[in-house]
Amino acid sequence: MFSNFDLNFIIFGIMPYVALTVFLVGSIARYERDPFTWKSSSSQLLRRKQLIWGSILFHVGILTVFFGHLIGLFTPIWVLDALGVPHALKQWMAVLIGGPAGIAALVGGTMLLHRRLGDPRIRATSSNADIIILVLIWLQLAIGLLTITQTMQHMDGHEMVRFMTWSQSVVTWNLNAWLLVVDVHWLYKVHIFLGLIITMLFPFTRLVHMLSGFTAVARYLTRPGYQIVRTRRRKPQPKPENAKATPAE
Amino acid sequence: MKVRAQIGMVLNLDKCIGCHTCSVTCKNVWTSRDGVEYAWFNNVETKPGLGYPTDWENQDRWKGGWERTKAGKLQPKQGSKWRILSNIFANPSMPEIDDYYEPFDFDYDHLKSAPEMEAFPTARPRSKITGERMEKIEKGPNWEEILGGEFSKRSADYNFEGIQKQIYGEYENTFMMYLPRLCEHCLNPACASSCPSGAIYKREEDGIVLIDQEKCRGWRMCVSGCPYKKVYYNWSTGKSEKCTLCYPRIESGNPTVCSETCVGRIRYLGVMLYDADKIADAANMESEQDLYDAQLGVFLDPKDPEVIKAARADGVPEDWIKGAQESPIWKMAMEWKVAFPLHPEYRTLPMVWYIPPLSPIQNAAEAGAIGTNAGMPDVKNLRIPVRYLANMLTAGDEAPVVTALERMLAMRSYMRSKTIEGVIDEGIAERVGLSSRMIEDMYKIMALADYEDRFVIPTTHREQVEDAYDLRGGCGFTDTNGCSTGSSGKSLFGGSKKPLKMPSEVM
Repeated sequence: MFSNFDLNFIIFGIMPYVALTVFLVGSIARYERDPFTWKSSSSQLLRRKQLIWGSILFHVGILTVFFGHLIGLFTPIWVLDALGVPHALKQWMAVLIGGPAGIAALVGGTMLLHRRLGDPRIRATSSNADIIILVLIWLQLAIGLLTITQTMQHMDGHEMVRFMTWSQSVVTWNLNAWLLVVDVHWLYKVHIFLGLIITMLFPFTRLVHMLSGFTAVARYLTRPGYQIVRTRRRKPQPKPENAKATPAE
Repeated sequence: MKVRAQIGMVLNLDKCIGCHTCSVTCKNVWTSRDGVEYAWFNNVETKPGLGYPTDWENQDRWKGGWERTKAGKLQPKQGSKWRILSNIFANPSMPEIDDYYEPFDFDYDHLKSAPEMEAFPTARPRSKITGERMEKIEKGPNWEEILGGEFSKRSADYNFEGIQKQIYGEYENTFMMYLPRLCEHCLNPACASSCPSGAIYKREEDGIVLIDQEKCRGWRMCVSGCPYKKVYYNWSTGKSEKCTLCYPRIESGNPTVCSETCVGRIRYLGVMLYDADKIADAANMESEQDLYDAQLGVFLDPKDPEVIKAARADGVPEDWIKGAQESPIWKMAMEWKVAFPLHPEYRTLPMVWYIPPLSPIQNAAEAGAIGTNAGMPDVKNLRIPVRYLANMLTAGDEAPVVTALERMLAMRSYMRSKTIEGVIDEGIAERVGLSSRMIEDMYKIMALADYEDRFVIPTTHREQVEDAYDLRGGCGFTDTNGCSTGSSGKSLFGGSKKPLKMPSEVM
């Protein structure tokens, strides 16, 4: 049974499903069972130094990289072809946008990591999970930037299309997709493996605040006016016809 | 007209002795926990001073409250919604814990466990955040107690605006007053409006502003948004917390802990009816000095039959309408006009109001040069400059403060003449626009201040909120997970690992 056992199959064939399941079920369970723990865990109150620059660089950088990956990997290839975007051009875009964003995130992440480990207040109030997740993300950023050295050696977009096909095959239940990435450079493999690990850790760390960030933007901007009034009545009062919009609504 | 009821508070600063009993009882009840050691939902400041957190009144720095834009729109001083969201990664206007103070405790154990030494053992301070030794304590929750520190620092007090303040640094001219502060439970709360998560809300039935701890995500915009700096970020739980106006006590008709324990009997609680439809315009007056009057215009006369009819239609319970008619807040704010909102220029329409303090008469006056106004000292001769009080309570408009101080002086004068000379002097009352009946009422409520006159709090109407049938066999207070204690010993999600102690387990 294990004669043709292949670690590649475990990591690139099985693990994505495990990771996505843990991510989804874990996040739902946490939101449902322990909403009090769902937070950004900001440490700005305790030490402002290095946070302003570190946090802004890190977040802007990593969000660019994150959406870059999301759009870059999951845009179907026929859409690219229909739009007439050459694969090489797309790869150049990925390098030119993702590269600087990745560097910004790494610089910011380094400042945040230095602050988290070096500042006595932040160190004392950090949980193990806070430190582990920051180290993992820092490594992931560094490895991601290192893969650019490999990418630059084949700018025809061929390698990129393999990763796109693999990602899209995973979500379209093509269980042989793992074969596509068996012989890519080990840096890419480590990068994917770490990415899956971080996905699995998502529900158990402060990373969950990412989802709140997206919903906060949507809900704050769509909230009518500024104020929120809650009633505890089981039946709300009927609204009069000529109700006026006030900041208290 | 949309009638709502709100529990308001008035503090009679004329009687505050600065004993801090309110702060201490509040702390024991609400903030004696990890992460909020530095937070005082109620604190008492000595004014003039920079206060707690330091320089809180400087809104150029903290961007608290609201502003009227050039286009005449009302928006948080922090900026539009987009602006607030763009600061979500790092909030440039948020105070650091050192702006409050680094919380500390003392090594008390050392006093009894120290070995025999030449010197007497001392209990040295230790940081509550890091657990490290603190060599020098630089700041505390009440660092300027009774004018502690130099005048040069203290005089940066925002309320000195428009005052030649140098002379108040001289010993002979110095003055001070106490200012107890808590959440204002504003009609137009800036904290709630700057919360991207929508976790902060105002309760419809009693106007108490609360933070939903399960919805708070720790974006900390409320901390900078509140101009009174009365929202505190709990660095341990990562959630913001604030004064709850002791809502479990208010709901059962009891005064808040700070009010109940006030030894000077300076605090009053009562119902105010207001028109929610008028808030938007009242907070957006063009001139800052019109804001106080505009807020008076939001309140509704609970004895007006039209208002009573509208209140009933809007679901205000009968006993709340009755409570509003007997409200000491209404009398002091609306009938006698002796109470004022704190910094109306923040445009939050605060609901904790203050009666300005009288103060001793200046030396010059004592020496006979006193300007008197028909037997009563001129309030301009009081030690605390009227402008200072006006900067604090009416956005710099001195006239209402002068009237209030004159009325308080008139009350004293009238009662002195009545009880000592046995003469009822209607003239004194009339000169300040009151009647003798009103003055005696003022005396009863402001000077005698019986418990039932200070606190007129109708109970909440649970029958409108829940069906008692659904509650049978239910559990009491729990922490989110149904009837579980909220913690199974180990939390996968980083929650508390300490088992929650239920009241029954403690006993």
